[in-house]
Amino acid sequence: MSYMFTVSPDFSPDRLSGWYIFNTWMQRQLGVDIHLELYDDFCAQRVATFSNKIDLIYANPFDAAMLVREKGFLPLVKPTDLLDEVLIAVSENSPAQTIDDLKANSKIAMTEDPNVNMIGMMLLESANLNNSNIEKNVYDSYILVAKNLLRGHDDAGVFLAGAFDDLSNMVKKQLKVLLRSEIDEIHHSLMIGPKLVARRDEIKELLLGMDKTEKGHGVLESLGFKSWTIVDDEEMEFMIDLMDTLST
Amino acid sequence: MICNMKVEDIVGEYQEVTLELYKLGPRRILYTQIQTPFPEGKLIVSTTDIDGNITHVNHAFIEMSGYTKEELIGAPHSILRHPDMPPAAFKDLWDTVTKGEKWQGIVKNLRKDGGYYWVKATVIPNIRNGKVVGYTSVRRKPSAIVVDECMTLYPTLF
Repeated sequence: MSYMFTVSPDFSPDRLSGWYIFNTWMQRQLGVDIHLELYDDFCAQRVATFSNKIDLIYANPFDAAMLVREKGFLPLVKPTDLLDEVLIAVSENSPAQTIDDLKANSKIAMTEDPNVNMIGMMLLESANLNNSNIEKNVYDSYILVAKNLLRGHDDAGVFLAGAFDDLSNMVKKQLKVLLRSEIDEIHHSLMIGPKLVARRDEIKELLLGMDKTEKGHGVLESLGFKSWTIVDDEEMEFMIDLMDTLST
Repeated sequence: MICNMKVEDIVGEYQEVTLELYKLGPRRILYTQIQTPFPEGKLIVSTTDIDGNITHVNHAFIEMSGYTKEELIGAPHSILRHPDMPPAAFKDLWDTVTKGEKWQGIVKNLRKDGGYYWVKATVIPNIRNGKVVGYTSVRRKPSAIVVDECMTLYPTLF
């Protein structure tokens, strides 16, 4: 039997080869065929999930709720000390110094990343900005979000904090961060679908031991991770409940 | 068990009132007019059991409430109840979440030192295997406009 693995489309392009290396490592460790399928956008990935094509996924917290509640997925692990935080940035030439300086009818640049946008809108809400009084401009990547801020096309941008940190220093120097979230509770997770559930404990053990071998350590490094930390069912349920509170 | 507030914990000039807390009885409240601003970008997160006793708090909750984690775990969530909040708001909260639905509202919370802070609170029931086992409450920074509206509205609801 072969299995399908996918990764939330918000991973950094620099990590593309890392996910292929990880997939090869997993296949060798488990002695099964696993095909890594990377989707260009969140919608295409969700369609594949709904069609029961996916057995293993590195999921963003927004999709985790659907995977657990509707598709019977279970959490395995999360990257140690890697949290999903969001920031709001403007061009360095912008007069805005805090998000309270952003006004109604502002043009807000963002990607299609659902959890980032949800948290971003929550941050903007405290400045009395919401879906009804801003113009959202959606781009294919965070690089394009940054470019459109620098061009003066958009007034502010919503970034996954990690993706912003990965921008070149030259780009970052021309941007000004107004607000960075410190939620501390939201993270991506590696999860398994029903076809792999019988091997859950074995897979978890393999992943938790990865950083203790030279080979495994190298694979983790290619992903930009130090190690994996266990995610139990209640932690996942708690994060899903938390995401639910942020959705309105 | 909920305790009366102590004079030695209060910072600044205070007023005194006794609040009748749902299921808990009277509590002596000492409160000041000192506001603590909501920490930018943070969420205040807590969970309770089905009776409203705190089972988990995050660091922002500890920081904003002024209590230690040890004081908070096991305490009723109404330890944060401010006398300026109309009882109807909390009745609506409990009526909503006990039906298994999400509740949202703007709340003025009371600190251990008698000060206060405004939040936009969302409370949802934690449903596990079809049963409500507790509640998660997440508080975020409210917009200044909405807080101003509540400061006008809430005194009319007593």
